[in-house]
Amino acid sequence: MYTIIKKKRLINNIVSMDICAPRIAAKARPGQFVIVIVKEGGERIPFTVAECDQNEGTVKIIFQEIGASTKLLGCLNEGDLVYALAGPLGKPSHLDGYKKVCVIGGGLGTAIAYPQAKYLHDNGTEVHAIIGYRNSDLIILEDEIRLVSSEVFVATEDGSRGTKGFVTDVLKDLIEAGNVYDMVIAIGPLAMMRAVCNMTKEHGIKTIVSMNPIMVDGTGMCGGCRITVGGETKFACVDGPEFDGHLVDFDEAIKRQMIYKGYEAKHNDKVEHICKLGKEENDA
Amino acid sequence: MPNMSLEKVPMPQSEASVRNTNFKEVALGYTDEMAKEEAARCLKCKNKPCVAGCPVCVDIPEFISLIEQGEIEKAFYKVKETNSLPAICGRVCPQETQCEQLCLRGIKGEPVAIGRLERYVADWAMKNIEENHDINNSKAKVAIIGSGPASLACSGELAKMGYDVTIFEAFHVAGGVLVYGIPEFRLPKEIVQKEINEIKKLGVKIEMNMVVGKVVSIDELFNEGYKAVFVGTGAGLPSFMNIPGENLNGTFSANEFLTRINLMKAYDPDHNDTPVFIGRRVAIVGGGNVAMDAARCAKRMGAEEVYIIYRRSETEMPARIEEVEHAKEEGIIFHTLTNPISIEDDGNGWVGGIKCVKMELGEPDDSGRRRPVVIKGSEYVIPMDSVVIAIGQSPNPLIKNSTPDLETNKWGCIVADENTGITSKEGVFAGGDIVTGAATVILAMGAGRNAAKSIDEYIRGLTH
Repeated sequence: MYTIIKKKRLINNIVSMDICAPRIAAKARPGQFVIVIVKEGGERIPFTVAECDQNEGTVKIIFQEIGASTKLLGCLNEGDLVYALAGPLGKPSHLDGYKKVCVIGGGLGTAIAYPQAKYLHDNGTEVHAIIGYRNSDLIILEDEIRLVSSEVFVATEDGSRGTKGFVTDVLKDLIEAGNVYDMVIAIGPLAMMRAVCNMTKEHGIKTIVSMNPIMVDGTGMCGGCRITVGGETKFACVDGPEFDGHLVDFDEAIKRQMIYKGYEAKHNDKVEHICKLGKEENDA
Repeated sequence: MPNMSLEKVPMPQSEASVRNTNFKEVALGYTDEMAKEEAARCLKCKNKPCVAGCPVCVDIPEFISLIEQGEIEKAFYKVKETNSLPAICGRVCPQETQCEQLCLRGIKGEPVAIGRLERYVADWAMKNIEENHDINNSKAKVAIIGSGPASLACSGELAKMGYDVTIFEAFHVAGGVLVYGIPEFRLPKEIVQKEINEIKKLGVKIEMNMVVGKVVSIDELFNEGYKAVFVGTGAGLPSFMNIPGENLNGTFSANEFLTRINLMKAYDPDHNDTPVFIGRRVAIVGGGNVAMDAARCAKRMGAEEVYIIYRRSETEMPARIEEVEHAKEEGIIFHTLTNPISIEDDGNGWVGGIKCVKMELGEPDDSGRRRPVVIKGSEYVIPMDSVVIAIGQSPNPLIKNSTPDLETNKWGCIVADENTGITSKEGVFAGGDIVTGAATVILAMGAGRNAAKSIDEYIRGLTH
């Protein structure tokens, strides 16, 4: 069992949690992920590591309460225990030796893009960050990103903050304004990453994306997380989760993400009931 | 006088049409009377040919004769002297190719039902006695990676010798293939956990969620004071066929399909959250025990039609005959001499069918089995909702990749001495599927036991 040391609700349905796991905290590098099981009988859920505190021995994950299991996790509080935590899994990002990198985070993807931006910044790379959200109420980690980037550009779909439109609209302007990036890192919804890759491919800018497909074990055993990269089947859990975005078959990845949509709806009802019960107990 | 019946006392089983709708154990086990009757078939041969067929050298005639005398507890301890997981082995060992194959009674008629009797004494002990263990873990620290059959056998032996043993398991439950691979109806998980608990009672510690190679390396384990490391991480990497359509929704590796159902218990959705997609028509590609397990699981999960698609004929199937028979009784449809060439899209990114060719058997190949050859123009499509690929597993490369000085062969198996488990890296021993490629529970246990002996010798050599 692993204790939740810190919990912070960033916005309405996005939660940040620091969980005590000193061995993992000492080993995890940007780009790697952990598997969490909330309670006995629960799913194995992969989360990219947002940050680690080696002194405190904690691993930070930031997640959106979107499916049944993440909602259940969101119900837990500081001092509560999660049933299992395994990692760090996957390969760390290759972030050394770049002069200027554009880091793009879409929605929750900002949480995963942040450690990359931080590492690049700490190691002398100039970072431009583009962070995109549906509207200004959904903005997360802006302050943190600002601390590790020389320039930060916000885009919202409804125009309530920053540029009205998508991260790709901002990226296009930046490239056309003459910014030369030796790498773009795009992390967010599959459709966003695909759009970024289509644009950077035209300009010949190397682009790394972080894939988060459905998986079970996270150690290369089930093959559920397979994606096609450059015509070859790869396991996101051991060969990734980061890949050359220009080689990823996003259409296939988007379809594969849908396998358990029907089941998720059913489970959601069950969990909402459990969480409600928990809250009533706390209130009483 | 021995019981000269030519046939084994039949194993009571649940009815095929009932059992293929639930995950309860199929074989129900002998009663006391049945066990005594079967035990009386043993001739107690002086030279004990059966023992030579047992990878862990259980003194078979001795324990069977104790059953006959009604000394079940003694019989149990006799088995336990060399086999730390008798309830598991009694259920899943391929006795027909091991101990029972060498039984004299098998020359004319059926051999003695050694496996069933082993299971009987183990189940009897679980119900009737509390095992006594003398715990003394004052000797050196030994790390065991993985908690499958090889590791459990190795741990048990080392703990009995007085070593301070810690198992590192990547999953949240111990047991390896015994819990993620072999289904509940063949090997109830409660039985597995009880046998693991007995090993824990010897003083063996198990740390879950520890992905060795990621969270800690073998060299770091030595730095933490472990004097020797045993690698028993099994063959967990699924093979795919590399045919078109393999990434369509509804196509799974047998590992994923079985892990969702067995380890994550998708068959019990009231208490577990992990789903598994089944579909109305399911094709299992392959002819081994894993394929039979997947097929029988699919049926139990509610699939209407479940097919085994295998490129050779039934004679060449690597699955145990018993498993094939059980699958047939439960309504699994066999398409042998049939090879898939692609998986067809239903138009929405899901499996719609499986395109196959018919095969015929040609000349024997390297494995000695007749090579299947495609019959020209025999292509046809079987409508299907899901496809499970069960054509084999190879070793997981996590340890190999994180331990560059550990020698592996071209299949990714760790190179280790068959009898001692000694590898190219000092202090590191290996055994089970990680060395041999996918094999059986009992062979892995035998390797684990042998490695325990050589680990003991190695550590004693260090201190002198």
